[in-house]
Amino acid sequence: MDKKRIEIKNEADIVLARQAGRKMAQSLGFGPADQTRLATAISELTRNVIQYAQQGIFEICDQSNRKAIIIRVMVEDFGPGIADLDKAMEYGFSTSQSLGVGLPAAKKLVHKFSIKSKPGHTKVTMVMTRKRV
Amino acid sequence: MKIPILQLKNLLLTSIQVELTDRDAIDFQYDVVHKVAETGAEGLVIDITAMDVVDSFIARALNETARMARLVGAEVVICGMQPTVALTLVEMGRELIDVESALNLDHGFEKAQRLISAKKRMPG
Ligand SMILES: Nc1ncnc2c1ncn2[C@@H]1O[C@H](COP(=O)(O)OP(=O)(O)O)[C@@H](O)[C@H]1O
Ligand SMILES: [Mg+2]
Repeated sequence: MDKKRIEIKNEADIVLARQAGRKMAQSLGFGPADQTRLATAISELTRNVIQYAQQGIFEICDQSNRKAIIIRVMVEDFGPGIADLDKAMEYGFSTSQSLGVGLPAAKKLVHKFSIKSKPGHTKVTMVMTRKRV
Repeated sequence: MKIPILQLKNLLLTSIQVELTDRDAIDFQYDVVHKVAETGAEGLVIDITAMDVVDSFIARALNETARMARLVGAEVVICGMQPTVALTLVEMGRELIDVESALNLDHGFEKAQRLISAKKRMPG
């Protein structure tokens, strides 16, 4: 089982994280469209970490089993947390005058998306899957 | 990382070959606007062939760059967007990129020239 962990401390780490996502998706046989979807979703989440929490953790692991190829991504920080999660998931909602698209877009781009947040802790989990053929 | 901006007749051409950080994006916007003003270029073609991810931050930076360049008098065309990037942007939501775009550099040049002529024909 393949696993990779990157500490997200600055913008260069955003690039490293999304490259790690693309690389794992590629090595597990996901096509170019899925590779780009995953890399883009990772880019959005790790950017949020830098923007709102200054630093955090990115983890990606291969959780494939006999039936399916499964990539799980976790992005976590110990920043301020998201005050109103429902609002934050709305397209266009932003507290920073940016586009407010990151979270809802990331959710659309992957197969499973879950987010938990409270003051001092935000954690997003994303899954991309593919049936074994 | 400075992004080179080349002049070709009435157009400026630039190609983003690196991963843009916030700093790079701001520098790039500044350089582009200055270069347009300095050269009086009528058009700006931005090649993004090398970008394999365009997230909402980069989309916004491209939109803003184009808006600024337009304010100083240049028509703007983005070209070379990879098909999977285009697909992802569409899936992300409505109209994230708000700039004219073209398949490749060749088409980008043509489109820029068409936009420039159309602008000249406009009264006022
Ligand atoms: N890791 C985080 N920590 C705290 N707040 C966050 C975090 N991620 C997102 N948010 C909040 O959710 C909002 C929406 O995020 P997003 O959809 O990425 O749009 P944007 O970043 O453009 O504002 C942000 O404006 C911010 O208020
Ligand atoms: Mg965001």
